Amino acid sequence: MAHSGINVLFSGSNFDRLLVGLWTSIWIAALSIIIGLLIGTIFGVLRTMPNKIIRCILRVYMEIFRILPSVVLLYLVYYILPRSLHINWPGTWMAVLAFSLWVAAEFSDIVRGALQSVPLAQKESGLALGLSKMQLFLYVLLPQAFKLELPATINLATRVIKTTSILMLISVMDVINVGQQIIEANNQKFPTGVFWVYGLIFFFYFILDYPLSVWAKSLMAKQK
Amino acid sequence: MTEEILKVEHLNKFYGDWQALHDISFNLKKGEVLAILGPSGSGKSTLLRTLNGLENYKNGEIVFHGKKVQPSPKEWQAIRQKIGMVFQSYDLFPNLTVMQNILLAPTKVQKRDRAEVEQEAHHLLKRVNMDQYADTYPRELSGGQQQRVAIVRTLAMKPEVILLDEITASLDPEMVRGIEDIVKKLSENDHMTMILVTHQMNFAKRVADQVLFLEKGRIIEKTPCEQFFTEPQSERAQQFLTDMDF
Ligand SMILES: Nc1ncnc2c1ncn2[C@@H]1O[C@H](COP(=O)(O)OP(=O)(O)OP(=O)(O)O)[C@@H](O)[C@H]1O
Ligand SMILES: [Mg+2]
Repeated sequence: MAHSGINVLFSGSNFDRLLVGLWTSIWIAALSIIIGLLIGTIFGVLRTMPNKIIRCILRVYMEIFRILPSVVLLYLVYYILPRSLHINWPGTWMAVLAFSLWVAAEFSDIVRGALQSVPLAQKESGLALGLSKMQLFLYVLLPQAFKLELPATINLATRVIKTTSILMLISVMDVINVGQQIIEANNQKFPTGVFWVYGLIFFFYFILDYPLSVWAKSLMAKQK
Repeated sequence: MTEEILKVEHLNKFYGDWQALHDISFNLKKGEVLAILGPSGSGKSTLLRTLNGLENYKNGEIVFHGKKVQPSPKEWQAIRQKIGMVFQSYDLFPNLTVMQNILLAPTKVQKRDRAEVEQEAHHLLKRVNMDQYADTYPRELSGGQQQRVAIVRTLAMKPEVILLDEITASLDPEMVRGIEDIVKKLSENDHMTMILVTHQMNFAKRVADQVLFLEKGRIIEKTPCEQFFTEPQSERAQQFLTDMDF
């Protein structure tokens, strides 16, 4: 049994290394989502304001980051920052930066759409009570918008988690990168190891994304 | 002499090139209830919304407590705490409970003590028979119940004037009376100054002291309530009352 592929997972510290890699993917995704949602909320609010210039700039920002494939974005950040701006961050930070900008772009549009679908009467009854613009957004409009946009937000989160699989392209030691190294190092000893390693990685991603996707679906069903 | 609380002088309001209000002038004394009547599209809602800054106006003056209102967002925000408004569609905040709806503005805008406002809120809710619904969300309430809460939400700000825009218009008939009673009591017991827009002539007759009759954005007449319904000054008002089967 020593040469059965599954043992590749448990030989040496392989399993622990995969878990550490997984953790890297998770925190990069989580941090990017949090930062992206915060910035995206601000941008989304600004996009409902009357100022045309700000609206136009944010619109262009949103379109660019949405159209750009994540790989390209990741490379751009990874190569441009150190060379043009002499910022030498570790790859993980670069990844957080790239993903945050992307999440912010996507989320700004979700927030804008949700805010615009809150009835005008809500805004007016808030204003009629003397609420300031800021208070109106904080206590009335954004909470209602968040409820409307929750399914789209969860879907965005699942996409971010999936997209962490390209992190190895900028040499981040994520779960895929670790898996790849384990496969290469054990190629002789466990020829079928590749199936087991990727099988486990598939399982990891499934565990992370599937509950989110079910949650989003059930919310959408409820809203109908 | 009773104190004059609100005065409107030569107010003109445009939507684009189209003039919605023409040279509107009137005044409102403390404790007075003014009914704005007139056919659909005559500008009643527009006038009401102008009085708390939800609509801007081209020229003319709004004078509140003897002081001309500078039409800036900041000034309006301050004045709205004194001129409350209740709408036809109640517009409670669906993300907040009844109590939270009521507490929001007094605690966040007026920065009043939460416990104190909460006590007042319970008191007000009791007055409109809604205290048992303090922790309920608006969607679980009927239209009439929501409108009671909307009135309490405005009262909790301790306004000096309340604007009521067809507050019974989207209610089931059996709910209407209860809301009218609340308004009547606000006038009789609390001497609340109010401007109400309604298509229910009986409601206006029951609670108003004065009637402002509008047509096509112009004031046709301003008449004491009793007289308006028995012998209106203008033919148009006469025709209007006939059309309303009154
Ligand atoms: N936002 C707006 N833009 C352009 N025109 C408007 C706007 N709001 C109202 N109007 C027009 O202004 C006129 C007066 O409207 P308003 O709502 O004040 O009438 P009203 O007397 O309240 O009518 P109703 O009894 O039907 O409520 C109408 O002709 C209406 O079409
Ligand atoms: Mg109206």
